[in-house]
Amino acid sequence: MSENTNPKVGLFVTCLVDLFRPNVGFSAVELLEAAGCDVDVPRAQTCCGQPAYNSGDKADTKEIAKQVLDAFADYDFVVAPSGSCAAMIKKHYPEVFEDEPEMLAKFKALSDKTYELISFLTDVMFITQTPGEFKGSVTYHDSCSGLRELGVKEQPRKLLKNTGVEIREMNDSEVCCGFGGTFCVKYSDISNAMVSKKTQNIDDTGADMLVAGDMGCLMNMAGKLKRQGSKTEVRHVAEVLAGKLDTKPISGN
Amino acid sequence: MSDIRHSVLADIRGALSKKAPDEERAKAVAERLGGRPTGIIPKRGQLKQNERVELFAEMAQKVHSSVTRVSDYDEIPGCIGNYLREHNLPAELIMGADRRLSKADWSLEKNLTIKKGPSDGNDLVGVSHAKAGIAETGTLLMASGSENPTTINFLADHHVVVIAAKDIKGDMESAWGSLNKKDGNVVMPRAVNFITGPSRSGDIEQKLLLGAHGPRALKIIIVG
Amino acid sequence: MELTSHNLKSNVKDALGNEQLQKALSNVPKGFIDKRAKAAAALDEFEELRDKGREIKDHTLANLDLYLEAYEQKVIENGGHVHWAKTADDARRIALEICQKHNAKTVTKGKSMITEEVELNEHLLENGIEPVETDLGEYIIQLRNEKPSHIIAPAIHLNQGQIEEDFRRVHTHLEEDRDMSEPETLLAEAREVLRKRYFEADVGFTGANFLVAETGSSVIVTNEGNGDLTQTLGKVHVVMASIEKVVPTLADCSQILRILARSATGQDMSVYTTFSTGPKREKDPDGPKEYHVILLDNGRSDMLGTEFEEMLRCIRCGACINHCPVYHSIGGHAYGSIYPGPMGSVLTPSLAGVEKAGTLPNASTFCGRCESVCPMRIPLPKMMRHWREKEFEQHLQPKAARYGLAIWAYFAKRPKLYRALVSFAMPALSVLGGTRKRISSLPLASGWTKHRELPAPEGRTFMQAWDQREALKQEAN
Repeated sequence: MSENTNPKVGLFVTCLVDLFRPNVGFSAVELLEAAGCDVDVPRAQTCCGQPAYNSGDKADTKEIAKQVLDAFADYDFVVAPSGSCAAMIKKHYPEVFEDEPEMLAKFKALSDKTYELISFLTDVMFITQTPGEFKGSVTYHDSCSGLRELGVKEQPRKLLKNTGVEIREMNDSEVCCGFGGTFCVKYSDISNAMVSKKTQNIDDTGADMLVAGDMGCLMNMAGKLKRQGSKTEVRHVAEVLAGKLDTKPISGN
Repeated sequence: MSDIRHSVLADIRGALSKKAPDEERAKAVAERLGGRPTGIIPKRGQLKQNERVELFAEMAQKVHSSVTRVSDYDEIPGCIGNYLREHNLPAELIMGADRRLSKADWSLEKNLTIKKGPSDGNDLVGVSHAKAGIAETGTLLMASGSENPTTINFLADHHVVVIAAKDIKGDMESAWGSLNKKDGNVVMPRAVNFITGPSRSGDIEQKLLLGAHGPRALKIIIVG
Repeated sequence: MELTSHNLKSNVKDALGNEQLQKALSNVPKGFIDKRAKAAAALDEFEELRDKGREIKDHTLANLDLYLEAYEQKVIENGGHVHWAKTADDARRIALEICQKHNAKTVTKGKSMITEEVELNEHLLENGIEPVETDLGEYIIQLRNEKPSHIIAPAIHLNQGQIEEDFRRVHTHLEEDRDMSEPETLLAEAREVLRKRYFEADVGFTGANFLVAETGSSVIVTNEGNGDLTQTLGKVHVVMASIEKVVPTLADCSQILRILARSATGQDMSVYTTFSTGPKREKDPDGPKEYHVILLDNGRSDMLGTEFEEMLRCIRCGACINHCPVYHSIGGHAYGSIYPGPMGSVLTPSLAGVEKAGTLPNASTFCGRCESVCPMRIPLPKMMRHWREKEFEQHLQPKAARYGLAIWAYFAKRPKLYRALVSFAMPALSVLGGTRKRISSLPLASGWTKHRELPAPEGRTFMQAWDQREALKQEAN
């Protein structure tokens, strides 16, 4: 038997996918395996630590970061179906350890091998075609962290187009949906004003489906769309690309 | 008062000295102020003289200035006379003691009354001569003084600015070079006004309105 | 500085329910965002100039004491006076003394955030001197006795109709049948009224966008020309500026000017960029007889050498505010500080203390749009996070949030315990979602369900399902 040279990918599931939308995790696994990766899911993962980090709790952030570092030590790549969680590991962990040179070096190495799922597929694995097929129309929301911290913009659109979908761009697709982690609960009125503008822009496209790359944003927008009685389906981009559409959309039909 | 000065500077120094020794910092500052390094100069204005004048005119018009080119200073009185007639303005204007403007043959516009000196706010039309122009942005550089009083730049309803084509530079950095120098240092007039179009405001519902507090119209005459 | 930042939540409620405000706010993105994008795209060197701007300011801040001394020396050489103020009180006192020395009855003012910061108008009024704001937006809010709601567009929270009402209320000379329904007519009226005031004024106050150490010049950047009339026609010109406004040379200033107007209003250059160097000279036909500069610290030197130092690069262009979706929703007044939006959420706690203004850096989703447009590349979200760290260290956050976070962190750090908990909780929560797959109201989650449905979990967690998949694989092997 020849030696296995497939890249060894540790899937960082993300807490929201783990808890609310396992289908996204399985879609990610399928996409990665189809791209020729060996995928494993380290057991000792919970969350990337953003709730602590964004609440100013540095000590807990550090502990959680170290937990992630250890859990993913043996993989060639760490891949997350979320721009926000990937950016946390890639961009923010090194910031947190700025003053600890030894740890910083380790976190820089972790940073170098960590990717958001879709940009990993296109920019590292050079994938252009994915298993999924979908003939409807979709509108794509650019989640903030993925877009501005990781440069995820064209990659999901290219892959989506190759599944056969029609992309209907919404106005202000790059504007925040108002999720912002604990922000949406702490400042729920502002968040509501923001997501209401977003759902208006989504509705204006008349697209069958809203897709994005982050569960937080998706749950926020889906929750609002459904409260408003909208028929637009909401799904994670990985589900569409993997063609795993038998699970009900986020927040139902 | 000097106590406050001392305490502000001491607080700043206290924070900064930790990062680099004061002598090192003093050296860096002396070098910067002495060397005055030029930064990034946009390519846009780096053109041959004639193209530069054309770009200047284009950029000035983009910001709602009107531009006319004449070949000689003696064409200026007629050009201004036409402007006044076109805009139904009385045959009156104010200007400073600028030599190039004074030398023009104003007898060609017989009905024109010319006031000399600063404006008291009652002048509909003011005429100035620019020290330099900036092609990159269509900007005029006006230097204060008795030749071109600052009040004319802001109080006249219609500001007519004459500029020599050869004084149109590509960029702001080159325009600074038009000012007088002493021992290699720029001698700053009391006021240097860079003017890019007529006065405007967007303070009501973001709507662009011309003629806020300064001139409602800016007319540029390029000579040469 | 008067603050109502601690009332953010109730301010937000008022703002969201205010139809006039919401209508006015819809002008913000329309007016600013496309223009900035076009202006930036039209200049090939724009991104490089942003780096250059950062470098210039970083160098200046690292040598701020020396540049201030060099600047002061040049101002004095040019016949001007320099006054140092540690606090807002100092600045007000010095300003009043200058006015009183000249028996000033009225003073005109160019638009200046720093005089707003030290509440100069209130102080002058208390001492019998009438301040007249001459920038159209500032004039309007002075009529209304309001604070600016934006650092470069102070009256952006208002609509034409509201402004018309204010003019009719205060300008009692206006005939009732005079048509004031267009912005043009309002501007013409303000222009006429203010023209007289410039000539009557004894002292003209301006702020400064820059102070140039090389020449001792103060620089103002405006579109209306009111700042220039203020500083040219007053007998005395007083510049009030905070210490971080200094730049080394004319060349450095020219670099930053290229990114200032483009970032602010999308203009290549603002209409008037004026360098003022000292008072009227012997042969000058116009200009002020005296020229004073009040250099204000008011908390800036405390920011040097800290994680907030980079905020001192700010050139007050307002791009972060113009691009902020939170600002678009609530406007400037809700922040309860004259510095709203992302820049204000970093600066206000620096000036007023995190215990008073700590809510501001929390009211952000960290969407990062502010940082992406900041001409000086100030990492605004990072600094807001630093303020949250200070709050956390000092236990300033609400108890519920602190305990909630502590419980969450306890589990997040213990994967096995976490796993046991969520393996039980998520399937249970899923049941609540029923066939609709969503939950409309849930105790303890009302912050979410007040405005939106909570998507129901699928059922088992990913990890549970994954374990099963792996177990099946094992069996198959």
